[in-house]
Amino acid sequence: MNLPLFRPPDDPGPNFAELLRRSGFENQTSTEGSYSGAKIPTADYRHGTTCVALRYADGVLLAGDRRATSGNLISHRSIEKVFAADRHSGVAIAGAAGPAVEMVRLFQLQLEHYEKVEGEALSLEGKANQLGQMVRGNLPAAMQGLVVVPIFAGYDVKLNEGRLFEYDVTGGRYEEAEHASTGSGSLHAGTVLKLGYHPDMDSGAVTDLAIAALFEAADEDSATGGPDPIRGIYPMVATITAQGYRRTDDDELAERTDALIERRRAQ
Amino acid sequence: MNMPFYVAPEQVMKDRADYARKGIARGRSLIAFCFVDGIAICAENKSSTLRKVSEIYDRIAFAGVGKYNEFDQLRIAGVRHADLKGYAFSRGDVDARSLANQYAQILGQIFTHEMKPMEVEILVAEIDEDDGGGDQLFHILYDGTVVDEEMSVVLGGETEAISDRFGELEEAPELADGLRSAISALSGPDRTLGPAELEIAVLQRDTGRRAFRRLDDAEVASLVSD
Repeated sequence: MNLPLFRPPDDPGPNFAELLRRSGFENQTSTEGSYSGAKIPTADYRHGTTCVALRYADGVLLAGDRRATSGNLISHRSIEKVFAADRHSGVAIAGAAGPAVEMVRLFQLQLEHYEKVEGEALSLEGKANQLGQMVRGNLPAAMQGLVVVPIFAGYDVKLNEGRLFEYDVTGGRYEEAEHASTGSGSLHAGTVLKLGYHPDMDSGAVTDLAIAALFEAADEDSATGGPDPIRGIYPMVATITAQGYRRTDDDELAERTDALIERRRAQ
Repeated sequence: MNMPFYVAPEQVMKDRADYARKGIARGRSLIAFCFVDGIAICAENKSSTLRKVSEIYDRIAFAGVGKYNEFDQLRIAGVRHADLKGYAFSRGDVDARSLANQYAQILGQIFTHEMKPMEVEILVAEIDEDDGGGDQLFHILYDGTVVDEEMSVVLGGETEAISDRFGELEEAPELADGLRSAISALSGPDRTLGPAELEIAVLQRDTGRRAFRRLDDAEVASLVSD
């Protein structure tokens, strides 16, 4: 692989997607024209399903169930849909798993590439807009059925608060003040969040609420996976605070999930 | 018709080398050395925004002396090379040796074929994930010469005087001890350099995926004061 040197007018700057294009890589962020013809049958590719996000006193929380489906089949029991984007932000994805994971990979690289080339990290707003452009770039693929709808959450080190962004399939970017949900189970999960949310929750309370939201979504939506104590699979949860992105350990999640099940049994 | 004067190739190369060396000697120098937990790079640099030392990849750092715009162009090309390679293959496939060879190709090419050689000397450093056994320091000169250095290296002007003051490292020192001797070697007997006139960064093992970290003035002051 050569050292990529550009003449000043051709220089891609800190934009990694543009660098890929100029270096002769097939660009994954703009799939315009590369998908044509009929919709791809849903049984032919993997789907990730429900993710939720909440703002709380110290920052934001992202959580996702662990199931991937291909049509009516379960194709993966322990897929991870919550990713660290960089030190102070994360993404949760729902939709076609292949393009979604590729989008996250490019997004992570874009943030790191920008930071290294420019010597300074993008603002949280800048990161959110960048992801919006990637979602919009996926629109032609989405028309064929390969929809990707992420949630972006991060800690804004300039404003000292957690912030939350929802997207739609056109790349529309909507900042949420309290909570967000995406994926097939999002209607049910969103209702649980809406009823249980209040602004001064601590990290334990939001973790419990996120687990409960995914639990109820799994109860109603066949594509959302519930906790699986036999295999030791629990929803994935991560928090992003001033200290950065941290994945909650499975032991804590197992304990909180068991407590939730106990509460349901007692009702 | 005008005939160009004949100039012996030896003379052309010598003139270019002198030109490049003069440009490099005008700037301030830097020292890189292995310490127990990684590699430290200590540069004399009054600016806190125009950097001489930067991150290339997870375990790879870059440092340059000489003409800022020229080594910065090389730095950005290095970041692009590493990120493209990591994207096309895997993060583990990105290594300092191949990057150093790429730099050597470019610098050698420019030195022999262009009007003006690049007035830069650069360093590509990579730490070993497990212990210091595989730490690498590649020193690349303006004409494309690559030197694989052991333990420590000085880049810039007055390298001999600074290397003599710094001495040979028998084994990797603690960070604070290494920094103290690097700073006194850079400053020499007639002056002292404070944290504000230095740019220091480390590649440190056990700091997660991205090993590169800058030390701010306060941290440098507390490290060297003990």
